[in-house]
Amino acid sequence: MIAEPNMASGVAISVTGLEKSYGANRAVNGLSFDVARGEVFALLGPNGAGKTTTVEVLEGYRRADAGHVRVLGLDPGVDGRALRPRVGVMLQEGGLYPGLRPLEVLRLFAAFYDNPEAPEALLERVGLDAGTRTAVRRLSGGQRQRLSLAAALIGRPELLFLDEPTAGMDPQARSTTWELIRELQSGGVTIVLTTHLLDEAEALCDRVAIITSGTLAAIGTPRELTSQTIAKEVLFTAAPGVDTLELAHALGLSTDAVWNAGDGRYEIRSAGTPQLVAELARFLADRNIELGTLQANARSLESVFLQITAEAESEREPGAARESPGASRRARVQR
Amino acid sequence: MNARAIAAQTKTELLLTLRRGESLMVTFAIPLGVLVFFTKIDGTAPAGYRNAVDFLVPGVLALAVMSSALVSLAIATGFERRYGVLKRLGATPLSRAGLLSAKTLMVVTLETIQFALILAVGVALGWHLSIGVLGAVGIMLIGTIAFAGFGMLLAGTLRAEATLALANALFLVLLFLGGMAYPLDKLPAFMRDLAQALPAAALSECLHGALTGPAGRGFPTGSLVMLCVWAIVLPALAAKWFRWEE
Repeated sequence: MIAEPNMASGVAISVTGLEKSYGANRAVNGLSFDVARGEVFALLGPNGAGKTTTVEVLEGYRRADAGHVRVLGLDPGVDGRALRPRVGVMLQEGGLYPGLRPLEVLRLFAAFYDNPEAPEALLERVGLDAGTRTAVRRLSGGQRQRLSLAAALIGRPELLFLDEPTAGMDPQARSTTWELIRELQSGGVTIVLTTHLLDEAEALCDRVAIITSGTLAAIGTPRELTSQTIAKEVLFTAAPGVDTLELAHALGLSTDAVWNAGDGRYEIRSAGTPQLVAELARFLADRNIELGTLQANARSLESVFLQITAEAESEREPGAARESPGASRRARVQR
Repeated sequence: MNARAIAAQTKTELLLTLRRGESLMVTFAIPLGVLVFFTKIDGTAPAGYRNAVDFLVPGVLALAVMSSALVSLAIATGFERRYGVLKRLGATPLSRAGLLSAKTLMVVTLETIQFALILAVGVALGWHLSIGVLGAVGIMLIGTIAFAGFGMLLAGTLRAEATLALANALFLVLLFLGGMAYPLDKLPAFMRDLAQALPAAALSECLHGALTGPAGRGFPTGSLVMLCVWAIVLPALAAKWFRWEE
């Protein structure tokens, strides 16, 4: 028997050349990455990029068409019985009996594991009232998410899959959840999460994999990703409706160098020289447009993400991404 | 298989069944209502029976099996599938076999309560308990396998709303085409032929045969064969076509 090298090297998950199609639609196309034990790892990408499919292969819900997948040294498609006691799962939505109360859900799930957390204490930890008699169907979306998270944690998993863990949560619930994820991380739990929230990936994750159309577009720590290229761009917010063509003209740039990222956010693809900032200020002043925020040459993970997904897209279909870069990029990140 | 996990799952299944008003309606109120109503209001004994309650007790036992194994199970499971509960349970150490065991235990527990209530009400209405009850239990188990297979087939292949509508519609149609509250003999010939090929009439004919069957007629072996065929075919189709996610 050959020893499993993953165990020795501290690799929790290893994915090599993963492929998965649904009919003619190739959801995952040759994806490879590793997740170290104890790491918080994000799969980031636009909708339909293959994040959930990838996670569901790792969870054992779906079989890969091709490629090699190891979770805690085991094959999730074959060794589910051995893996399930060690792995916690939070689905993107649903999974809870609508007719049960939160404590009843956790007591049921606790009975499935050998050494479960105390249901009452765990409910308080995720910020839910253990005494509530409200059925799951009457909880808010954010409360249900927290209960789902608690159900994923009840068996004290070594590995946790969180599919969009904070979707639908209010800011306070989100920060409680982030706090909890950090606690789990310091407790040595390996966490794989998918998110479309870039600040979430930036704030929580040791490493981020950006996936577009089922392939890996970039991988690294948030710092590595944001410092890969020296930013040549200026971001600002103002009232919606700034004429980007006119602005590009005023700045002496090509028309596709300025684009509207929606919600009053604008990006200028050019170095933020003092001259450019002055021109921008003059342009706004002439039209009596109030400036919100201004950020020059500092890349957020979001701008890296937008650039990478746009580049990946234009490589695949040249022409398509060129017409209206702002609009099409925006459309792809929006849920 | 983990007995503690299955026990907790069974308890949850029962709790949820008892919390659903429509489920109590279909499993308890309607069968007992049919029994009392047709005994007291109509009271005329179908051909071959001494009195109405002798005809009604076996029929209502068949109705009870249908209500638990088909209607209640199908609707609950269909919505669990819709809400991702079945999917989520698939990621826990409770195996699929464990989940199916719990559902089986839930149905059998529900039927045991129905059985006791129907017999008690039947006796109160003048029905005579006989040794045939033992045979009836065996027939009800075969009927449960057939109807639970039917219920899981609906729940695992259709959308939850379609399962809800179809399970309720089947309950009503089979109540009348199953020889439960209305004797098959009174149906037009073509309807009777159709009805006798369906699992509901097969079950109720067998129960009538085992309990106080119509005088001068032996045990309906043909119906028992038919019921056994359904008890093989329906679960096999469910096993083949059941999808855990909608």
